Amino acid sequence: MSEESFAYTPGLAVTSLTYVRRERSLPIKGEILVSKGQEVDFDTIVGRCYLEGQPFIVKVAELLGVEPEEVHRYLKVRVGDRVSRGGVLASYTAFLGLIKRGVESPVDGVVEAFNELTGHLTIRTPPRPIELRAYIGGIVERVIPGESVVIGTPAAFVQGIIGFGGERHGKIELAVSSNRDVLEAKDIEEYHAGKIVIGGSLATYETLEKAKRVGVVGLVVGGVKITDLERFLGYRIGVAITGREDIGFTLILTEGFGKLPMSEKAFSVFEEHQNFEAAINGATQVRAGVIRPEVIIPKKEKVVPESLGPLGEGRMKIDSIVRIIRYPYFGEIGTVVELPVELRKIETESPVRVVKVRLQDGRVVTVPRANVEIISE
Amino acid sequence: MQLAREPRYILATDVGSTTTKARFFGKVNGEWRFLASGEAPTTVEKPVEDVTKGVRNSVREVEELTGHRIIDYSSEELRFIMPYLGGKTGIDVYVSTSSAGGGLQMLVAGVVKSITAESAQRAALGAGAIVMDVLAIDDGREAHEKINILRFLRPDIVLLAGGTDGGDKTHVIEMAEIIAVAKPRPRFGITFRLPVVYAGNKDAREDLRRILNPDFFDVRMVDNIRPQIEIERVEPARNAILELFMEHVMAHAPGYEKLRKLVSTEIMPTPAAEGLMIRTFAEMRRVNVIGVGMGGATTNVYSVFDGRFLRTVSANLGMSYSIGNVLKEAGLENIMRWIPLELAEDEVMSIIYNKMIRPTTIPMTLEDLIVEHAVARESIRMAFNHHKYLARELKGVKRERTISDIFEEVKAEETYIDMKRVDYIIGTGGLLSRAPRRAQSMMILIDSFQPIGFTYIMQDSVFMIPHLGVLSKIYREIALEIFEKECLVPLGTVVAAAGVGAVGEKVADIVVEYSSSEKETYELSFGSIIRIPLSQHKEATITVNPTRKFDFGAGYGKKVSRRVRGGVVGVVLDGRGRPLYIPQNRGERRKLLLQWFRSMDLYPEKVLS
Repeated sequence: MSEESFAYTPGLAVTSLTYVRRERSLPIKGEILVSKGQEVDFDTIVGRCYLEGQPFIVKVAELLGVEPEEVHRYLKVRVGDRVSRGGVLASYTAFLGLIKRGVESPVDGVVEAFNELTGHLTIRTPPRPIELRAYIGGIVERVIPGESVVIGTPAAFVQGIIGFGGERHGKIELAVSSNRDVLEAKDIEEYHAGKIVIGGSLATYETLEKAKRVGVVGLVVGGVKITDLERFLGYRIGVAITGREDIGFTLILTEGFGKLPMSEKAFSVFEEHQNFEAAINGATQVRAGVIRPEVIIPKKEKVVPESLGPLGEGRMKIDSIVRIIRYPYFGEIGTVVELPVELRKIETESPVRVVKVRLQDGRVVTVPRANVEIISE
Repeated sequence: MQLAREPRYILATDVGSTTTKARFFGKVNGEWRFLASGEAPTTVEKPVEDVTKGVRNSVREVEELTGHRIIDYSSEELRFIMPYLGGKTGIDVYVSTSSAGGGLQMLVAGVVKSITAESAQRAALGAGAIVMDVLAIDDGREAHEKINILRFLRPDIVLLAGGTDGGDKTHVIEMAEIIAVAKPRPRFGITFRLPVVYAGNKDAREDLRRILNPDFFDVRMVDNIRPQIEIERVEPARNAILELFMEHVMAHAPGYEKLRKLVSTEIMPTPAAEGLMIRTFAEMRRVNVIGVGMGGATTNVYSVFDGRFLRTVSANLGMSYSIGNVLKEAGLENIMRWIPLELAEDEVMSIIYNKMIRPTTIPMTLEDLIVEHAVARESIRMAFNHHKYLARELKGVKRERTISDIFEEVKAEETYIDMKRVDYIIGTGGLLSRAPRRAQSMMILIDSFQPIGFTYIMQDSVFMIPHLGVLSKIYREIALEIFEKECLVPLGTVVAAAGVGAVGEKVADIVVEYSSSEKETYELSFGSIIRIPLSQHKEATITVNPTRKFDFGAGYGKKVSRRVRGGVVGVVLDGRGRPLYIPQNRGERRKLLLQWFRSMDLYPEKVLS
């Protein structure tokens, strides 16, 4: 019998105190507007860049009905010229003015190129400014000029399993009294507008609709029935790359699909931080370079960042507390009592590495090691 | 690096997107054997950002298991003890494949969708790429829509083709113009130039050089993929893609420069190596083969048919990360049709979506296992449809026609893969190799490919086909020896009929002759399966005498006789028809599925009753 083993599935990070760093990068080179050591708030604009405008190809030759090599004779603009929407780019007159054809610019912009081979003009719209917000409140730790900043803060931190909707912030507000409670539509009230609402084991379709109508900033809950979620989103989910959904708020499921009590630890972190301002992000990517949705609750405590251990990973040992993450024991919490070295056959007849877990009701169950995550060592 | 003439020990690794897998081979008593495997998390991302660390960890596991010393511990950087020094020290060859960082992601652009764009797609897929999108002048999208796609996707390489040599060049120039104005940014680095392989009309090369600004694009000119309308030449484009993959994509992945110094031959993209091994096998045995690699995120299908090789990858059909997308693409009803249990639709959806968000978990109950197997059937079925779409005769070619061609007209528009002439089906990937009963993998492969006539089915034992593929570049015979003896598990022969009838109607009389004195006769009825145990080392002669509605490869109602080999599952006589008959009515369907599962002894009885 081995004494310890790596958990195959890294657990989700849930802690009431850690040190969180977030790198904020501009999509292209631009300007960083804050300096090292500066304190920033959630909405502070830390950087700005200009995304090149949209190009439009205008098929002048086809529109005038002339050969590409003739187009230059009829052009009214040159590369580099500013043009307005509806402004004349080229015109053609024949038979003493009996035939008149003109080509207008579809947009405001600048003439970027003319291709003599095709007789096409490219008009590019003006650059679009992109502003980068801090996302979390904290201190600017590092600046790469023109590219990115790193912001750090002591914080409570809760990761979920999948989320929908992007970066937002608001005050934490519990709407249920236990992690096992179902969050009903009636539990969401008008004063939840602008807040991050915490539920228990399930949010119904009606709850999601109410949350949207009231104008909550975020909703964090153990689970949602997959059929309810798809009805709410209005489409069937494909690949688990999320975060860009336009649903009016950010939704995070901490456990998965179905009625699944939120982990007690996560629920107690939220209870402890009622009314704290927090950042929430539903972005999820379940592949290499995994990204999980998160709630970051910045705190004023003084901590030495390096003194805190890594989150969500660790060795499984006898007496480790684990959570089972697949049916038929999904969501059950227990204590590791044995880590057999040899492969064991499970119900499916697959020979796998297993762990024996004593559940809270005293039953000892044998499950694949791949199907548990460590809650604490 | 000089190659050993007679190597004794070979190490191969595959640096996957999540796991690095080491496989160790040695020559024992004159025969090549698979000795051990080691696995460790891939270290391409933060905080390690050096792939050689993951390689070191996986090889260290091999060392611990075998006691064979491979790593030179006197050096801080990863180094292997090469060549073999005798006893249990050193190796002669080290090879590697890689799909870390999401593999090779490409965008393909051509002029006519069914001509150059399709040829270009075949070239990109053959090089092991995931094709993110295919743009063509006639694809129905406006120029600004194409520009948006280009700006949104961040390909590693763009392949541009179009026009025949000496023909019209305006359209391919127009496509180049779209690429030039969109200025798509590559996945890696802010300052890095995007590689573009140009394999179109050679007369447009100079124009392209002018249009594609060298500040943004690194353009490589290669021979035209369709120099004439009736000729397709994908090899030069494919080679250029592989070169650029090494120069750009790999060079920007952390630690690869170090890894490149250690290998005995260039690192290959994992799917390209997998395809090469299947191709080598088919060529050396002179057989028609279909292979499938079922991954967590993608499903690769390979075919070698009458010497023609084709690989396709269905980027979002897979058994873990992409399992939700299989449901989305196939539709719930198509998944449900393979599940004869009392499971509600939302229960099945929950099992599938919870697997998607926790992809490393494994089924613990038989219900979960049956649901995953149902998804696997649909995933392969759709990936194979995609494959057949590209496995077609060249489009745009005017053919001389004979009277017989006129009757064959519909067929000529379809795939050149004739299921009656497929000799082997090979399956690989975690779901198949982990299937608790081999009959389950055999049934999944039969149901999704639906072979006709006599077909031999195999699967890999331990994931090592890519390792052997890259090895085959320098040691073809050794790779093939290990592939046949150590890698493939012979499942058995399936004997199946094309045609449709009523359930219970006679399909054929079948005689199985084990020797001159030992024979058995069977009556195969429509909608049924018969499994005959015949071990992998035994052969039998099977004679099928079908009724006029059914065809076992020789024609409808025509008698056919073949010598067949057994396997760990045996011989399967499949009377379910082609296309496979699955009743619409739920009750009838359930009854028939349970009958098939029982005939194949597919799952423990307790879950079926």
